[in-house]
Amino acid sequence: MKQLIAFVEKEFYHIFRDNRTLLVILGMPVVQILLFGFAINMEVQDIRVALYTPTPDTFSQGIAEKIRQNSYFNFQGSMQTMQLVEESMRKGELDLAIVFPPHFHRDMTHSGEGKVQLITSSADPNRGSIAATYATAIISQYQMEQAGPTAIPFQITTENRMIYNPRMKSAYMFVPGIMGLVLMIISTIMTSVSIIREKERGTMEVLLASPLKQATMIVAKTIPYLIISLLNLISILLLSYFVLDVPIRGSLLLLTLLSLLYIFLSLSFGLTISTLVHKQINAVIVSAMTVMIPVLMLSGMIFPINNMPPALQYLSLVVPARWFIDAVRKVMIQGLGISMVWQEMLILTGMILLLLTVTILKTKKRLE
Amino acid sequence: MKKVIEVSGLTKRFGHFTAVDHITFDVKEGEIFGFLGANGAGKTTAMQMLCGISKPTAGSGTVAGFDIIRENERIKCNIGYMSQRFSLYEDLKVWENIRLFGGIYNLSGKVIERKTEELLERLDFREERSTLVKYLPLGWKQKLAFSVAIIHDPDIVFLDEPTGGVDPAMRRQFWEMIYEAADRGITVFVTTHYMDEAEYCNRVSIMVDGRIDALDTPEALRSQYNATSMDEVFRQLARKASRSE
Amino acid sequence: MIEVTDLRKSYGRQGKTLAIDGISFTAGEGEIFGVIGPDGAGKSTLFRILASLILPDSGKALLNGHDVVNDYRKIRQIIGYMPERFSLYQDLSVEENLQFFATLFHTTIEENYHLISDIYRQIEPFKKRRAGALSGGMKQKLALSCALIHKPEILILDEPTTGVDPVSRKEFWDMLQRLKAQGIIILVSTAYMDEARQCSRIALMQGGSFIATDTPQGIIDSYREILWSVEGSRITALLYTLRQLPGVKSCFAFGERLHITVREELHLEELKQELVGQGFDDLRIAPIKPTIEDCFMAIDNQ
Repeated sequence: MKQLIAFVEKEFYHIFRDNRTLLVILGMPVVQILLFGFAINMEVQDIRVALYTPTPDTFSQGIAEKIRQNSYFNFQGSMQTMQLVEESMRKGELDLAIVFPPHFHRDMTHSGEGKVQLITSSADPNRGSIAATYATAIISQYQMEQAGPTAIPFQITTENRMIYNPRMKSAYMFVPGIMGLVLMIISTIMTSVSIIREKERGTMEVLLASPLKQATMIVAKTIPYLIISLLNLISILLLSYFVLDVPIRGSLLLLTLLSLLYIFLSLSFGLTISTLVHKQINAVIVSAMTVMIPVLMLSGMIFPINNMPPALQYLSLVVPARWFIDAVRKVMIQGLGISMVWQEMLILTGMILLLLTVTILKTKKRLE
Repeated sequence: MKKVIEVSGLTKRFGHFTAVDHITFDVKEGEIFGFLGANGAGKTTAMQMLCGISKPTAGSGTVAGFDIIRENERIKCNIGYMSQRFSLYEDLKVWENIRLFGGIYNLSGKVIERKTEELLERLDFREERSTLVKYLPLGWKQKLAFSVAIIHDPDIVFLDEPTGGVDPAMRRQFWEMIYEAADRGITVFVTTHYMDEAEYCNRVSIMVDGRIDALDTPEALRSQYNATSMDEVFRQLARKASRSE
Repeated sequence: MIEVTDLRKSYGRQGKTLAIDGISFTAGEGEIFGVIGPDGAGKSTLFRILASLILPDSGKALLNGHDVVNDYRKIRQIIGYMPERFSLYQDLSVEENLQFFATLFHTTIEENYHLISDIYRQIEPFKKRRAGALSGGMKQKLALSCALIHKPEILILDEPTTGVDPVSRKEFWDMLQRLKAQGIIILVSTAYMDEARQCSRIALMQGGSFIATDTPQGIIDSYREILWSVEGSRITALLYTLRQLPGVKSCFAFGERLHITVREELHLEELKQELVGQGFDDLRIAPIKPTIEDCFMAIDNQ
């Protein structure tokens, strides 16, 4: 036990004396969250909007009224011709135009289907797409209100002429993604590098030639990064909750449990890497290749898995972050309970066991 | 005789620490100059300034006729450098290393080819032409590294502990190569921890605490310090050192 | 007691590189056993096998009765091991390094302070300094303190003086002599032949084998060549001239002199006259006792 404590103490000395690295590993989640939260998903205000209604009717006027009342929109009025709409758009006087087809009311009442076109400026695609998202939300809200009392089954579909960005569907998507990325990068890279550094500097040889047990060393190497990862988890959750207003709808306990599982998995992965490579630089490269890229590309953090070619969809099955991010979304955003995430938890546990087995098999009590 | 290195008052400070403290000396053309000193006496820093890769805090000087502050890039073309720690790429073959360094020093393809043949012939290395350098014994590696360091016929070659860990016979063969190079007019500036090797130098300087405390022929130093060997001279001087790195 | 019998170890596919080629020796209490040879002779491989860090292909090695293969746990308690170019934890202070290694071996600095006091006292004024900021000689002292803190029965030091200047090397050997007096068995390797004199017994190592094992004096006494020292002006020219002479078997520079081995038929005066005839003057030629380097070269040459 004394050995373990002394070893953990030593690891903390290494961590605290390398100020720059410490700053990076503690600052990374904060920067990432703020970056995604403010720079990328910044709330759009004062959207200048105009309507084009060739044949005004109750439906289009109802929608116009809703837009006028909404505080995010700055209503510019109705335009007489499409030429006028396009000109204002080109001059940068408009962010969004809502274009109703001729005989909108007739379409709605006869076929139960109406198509509304949303035109946004490409000068600021991000702003435009968010504006379109808001408008879509308002239109569907109006539609639901109308559908209630009259009980006529009809549907207004909106067609966005600019970009379609799936991420914008939910401003909350990225928080689970960042948790999946940050927790894994830090645990994996730091654990593997700290072990391999000892191999490279020759201190591992002395540790091996001492009565220290391998298991003690492995546990001692993981404890500091477990603690750091927990700190990161706390900072991510606090920032998301208080700064970005992302709700934690499900059980906090379940969320913590899930994250712990994922942190353990990342630590195990770091240990596995440390048994397979011998140079720090290789450890960093292997960690980055096997963590960063799959987490960014194959976890569903940025690109929806359903839209991928089947081969990549199968590949994503072995990416731990995919299961973790999925489960966190369910618990955090959708507020689901353990009955809906036990599968993911089981898969993560299975991965941990697999990685630990490889690590134990590959860990040697000698140099070669 | 022409002077290949001439420095005066050369100083390098890192913060409050003076690594090299006003050293003044010169090295003549074709001379084998031994540059001795305890660990941390400032040898490496001084060598870095002479090679033009570290800017002096104070002082001035010329190496191979070029100013060490203003013309440091030109110095690099006219010197060779070899150290115990790094000299050749282990994962390249013998001829690939020769071609690489020939290329670095801007030799033409034809010249490199001719030099490669000469070099392999002189070292009796023809059969090892396509051997990866990491498979060569250390002594062979160091001999090859030295030949590569002077492939561009520099005015001066800097050797940083070239014979550490090399076996006794190889060590002497290495020194015979140094003599041959000196006979061809290449000035040799060498550091070593083997005190018998200090005797092979024409002149020896001994650095203590960043200063050059002694500089003369080995013979003169021995009589000056009333010693029977350079080892004794070195100990007498190094004992005065007050700092260590 | 170190007992090694016919140890063998090879590396690479189908054992292409023979690192250790049938080594046997014993070393007892109060002995400094020196393994002397150039880099690549196999010193580090041998020491790692004895420190239970790599497995031999065949042969047996016992340290105080414990087998290095089967009793590796016991071995790791009784040895102090300092690998080649061992550099400690650079970002930990002197004291923290020592404290860490003490705990690793289930002891404390206080408990065994008397063992290391002699060495540690010299670096104690810098105990708050990071190990990375120490000089080569001081690092060596700290590394030795760390290897000694658990009162090992056997000390295994792999090239502790490589890259260290002559003065620090001398101090280091003085410390080893004092440890020897305390009854610790010391196994040490070096590429500096002049350090052989400091050992109780030495093994000259080349190409994975011990080419000679004896006391330093014994090695020198068993030298069979006729060895002369030659001094004179124009020493380089003298060296090449001597090599051409039929009576001279070998000629090497040794500091400011040349050491030559000669055939029995050659007389000293004869050689002198020959050289004077070739225009060399100021000659001094005399029979001398060999150094360990002379012995190494003579045996290696066979």
